[in-house]
Amino acid sequence: MSEMKKIKNLKEFSTSADRFEGANLLCPGCAHSIIVREVLNATNDDLVLSASTGCLEVCTAVYPYTSWDASWIHIGFENGSTAVAGAEAMHKALARKGRLKQPDRNPKFVSFAGDGASYDIGFQWISGCMERGHNIMHVVLDNEVYANTGGQRSSSTPIGSSSTTAPAGRVSYGEKQNKKDMVSIMASHGIPYSAQVAPNKWKDMVKKIQHGFAVDGPVFINAVSPCTTEWKFDPKDTMYLSDLSTDSLVFPLYEIIDGHELNITYRPKNVVPVEEYLAAQGRFKHLFKDEYKHLIKEWQDRVDANWAYLNRREEARV
Amino acid sequence: MAFDKMELRDIEVWDGNFAAAQAMRQCQIDVVAAYPITPSTPIVEGYAKFLADNYVEGEFVMVESEHAAMSGCIGAAAAGGRVATATSSQGFALMVETLYQASGMRLPIVLNVVNRALAAPLNVNGDHSDMYLGRDSGWIQFDAYCPQDAYDLNFIAFKVAEDHDVRLPAMVHQDGFMTSHTAQGVKTLTDDQGYNFVGDFKPMNDMLDFEHPVTHGVQTEEDWHFEHKARQHNDLMTKVLPKIQTAFDEFEKLSGRKYNIVEEYDMADADVAVVCMGTSVETAREVATEMRAKGIKAGVVGIRVIRPFPFEQIKAALKDVKAIAALDRSSPNGAPGMLFNEIAGALFNTDTKALLSGYVYGLGGRDLTKAHLTDLFTELQANVDAGKVTTPLQQFIGVRGPKLSFL
Ligand SMILES: Cc1ncc(C[n+]2csc(CCOP(=O)(O)OP(=O)(O)O)c2C)c(N)n1
Ligand code: SF4
Repeated sequence: MSEMKKIKNLKEFSTSADRFEGANLLCPGCAHSIIVREVLNATNDDLVLSASTGCLEVCTAVYPYTSWDASWIHIGFENGSTAVAGAEAMHKALARKGRLKQPDRNPKFVSFAGDGASYDIGFQWISGCMERGHNIMHVVLDNEVYANTGGQRSSSTPIGSSSTTAPAGRVSYGEKQNKKDMVSIMASHGIPYSAQVAPNKWKDMVKKIQHGFAVDGPVFINAVSPCTTEWKFDPKDTMYLSDLSTDSLVFPLYEIIDGHELNITYRPKNVVPVEEYLAAQGRFKHLFKDEYKHLIKEWQDRVDANWAYLNRREEARV
Repeated sequence: MAFDKMELRDIEVWDGNFAAAQAMRQCQIDVVAAYPITPSTPIVEGYAKFLADNYVEGEFVMVESEHAAMSGCIGAAAAGGRVATATSSQGFALMVETLYQASGMRLPIVLNVVNRALAAPLNVNGDHSDMYLGRDSGWIQFDAYCPQDAYDLNFIAFKVAEDHDVRLPAMVHQDGFMTSHTAQGVKTLTDDQGYNFVGDFKPMNDMLDFEHPVTHGVQTEEDWHFEHKARQHNDLMTKVLPKIQTAFDEFEKLSGRKYNIVEEYDMADADVAVVCMGTSVETAREVATEMRAKGIKAGVVGIRVIRPFPFEQIKAALKDVKAIAALDRSSPNGAPGMLFNEIAGALFNTDTKALLSGYVYGLGGRDLTKAHLTDLFTELQANVDAGKVTTPLQQFIGVRGPKLSFL
């Protein structure tokens, strides 16, 4: 058994990521890199990582350079989860045959993918991996948009957001659909662990990642990843946006154990109005016009209803 | 080793699917990721049963699609072990994206392709449409004519693909139903002979070597992409055929069975020749012998390795003939058939004066009969006698309705 990594404080935490280099091409202020560092920081064990096509992939492995000091693979947009599952199967096979080069190691298998790669095109592959019970962790870098291809809507894009394929215009407020509830869908596979995390709540994140690494079986993690380019905010404000998303309960932090037992892991002392979250981002600017103001109220109602629903699920333990 | 060996008779009665499955067992595949499709399904079912009976030790990942099957194979191969799977037709088509990814990442996966028509219309029977769909994907492609070949070529495919100078994935093709479901006598190797021929898997840049982390599947743009693709092409064009020849030679030493990159039959003094693949090779050979009794000097050239295309061997085989028919078992959809084009390409700029015509046959499992081939050889001889191609350049054999011929 591997030892759980102990982390004392933020300073120590922020300097202990040595397997994902700061040298990469991600935008200044991109939350993807922060989340990746937080996930990798949660363990000292060896890693087998994949990235699906998207910002993280194109910005960190541009030949002849690599930002990864750990085993890493990219195949395509949809199949990063299955790549890692294949590697995990090979690890099992070689372990049984006594052919591992370092048999005493206890590697962790992690696939990183954007919301597009996870909620949409890669959905089937992830579902397959979850259902088959591979010992892997899938981490969604959920910036609610196809960022790498310039900001098209995905099924994670929230209602009222303006994206290039669902733009706000003279007669449209932008995205018409509600964000898909991926955590519940994945939990419904009956997997041992699924959770939502946010980079600002790093202790909560580390705890969840470590829990995920400790269980035997597939793990699904959805991480909110504020995107300075597509959400349209100042790069210095990434953590502020992450704070707003968790503290407004737009992105509540919770975990689901064995597909049913839901625990809320963060209850903000002062809940921030959703309006404040929306106002901080260019993608929602148009909602503040008179004709769309009712959508802000609808937003608040929906967030409140979702919070009540999560609380009921936590209480009911079903 | 913890698994049990299997006692085989010197000759077993196997169909092509089971022959391929047995070869995969003897090579002791570490990981198979697979998805069922007719007519290739029995190959992976065979592996599953061998696993269930402890005749093999490995992991069988029964995924949710063919795209995922090859994705899993890619991840497993990059982790460093022996990997194989099987598919046909629509499954192959769904895999195409990943076929390029596997070869571009230089991963030695073996894919058994039981050839079948592509929809629409939906059809489960054999033709070579899927084979042709994969021909530019950077894989080595072997062609089996019968269950014996399907068995033998699997060993050869692993040996060549896993060679560190090659590191390219390989396909073994066989004809849907005609080979895959037709039982014949297959001469076997013992488990030790089979395994020792391919040898232990030697990993390279494997993700499970944590002392040497590797980055697989990088991004390259105009600054490097061309070099990577050019190198891959160069290795296919220059390194692979000699390696295949060596593997064929070694296999002959082991088994007494001789394979050639291009299989020539009665070609030494042939005036007319049919070039074809798959089960039609054996039929054509039989008819060629009959034609010789009728005074037509007929020969047959069977393509054994489709990619890399054996230009030199084709040139040598067809050097002295006067008329050639290239037989394509796929609908070329808007052009002469692939084999027609490639034979034409190989012979261009040579001294040959051979007359070349193209025939499309056997789509969706339609039979190619001896009578068809008799007519065909007779037509070739008529071309020789007339000193020109007397019929259209492209003809469809045995299609109902108005006769289809073009160009
Ligand atoms: C099969 C396929 N379809 C489309 C694309 C184009 N594509 C590449 S990345 C991408 C968007 C990625 O979005 P997401 O997964 O949300 O990640 P992000 O870039 O936002 O981090 C798209 C559409 C592709 N590479 N492959
Ligand atoms: S576009 Fe967004 S997700 Fe992509 S690198 Fe920039 S900030 Fe990160």
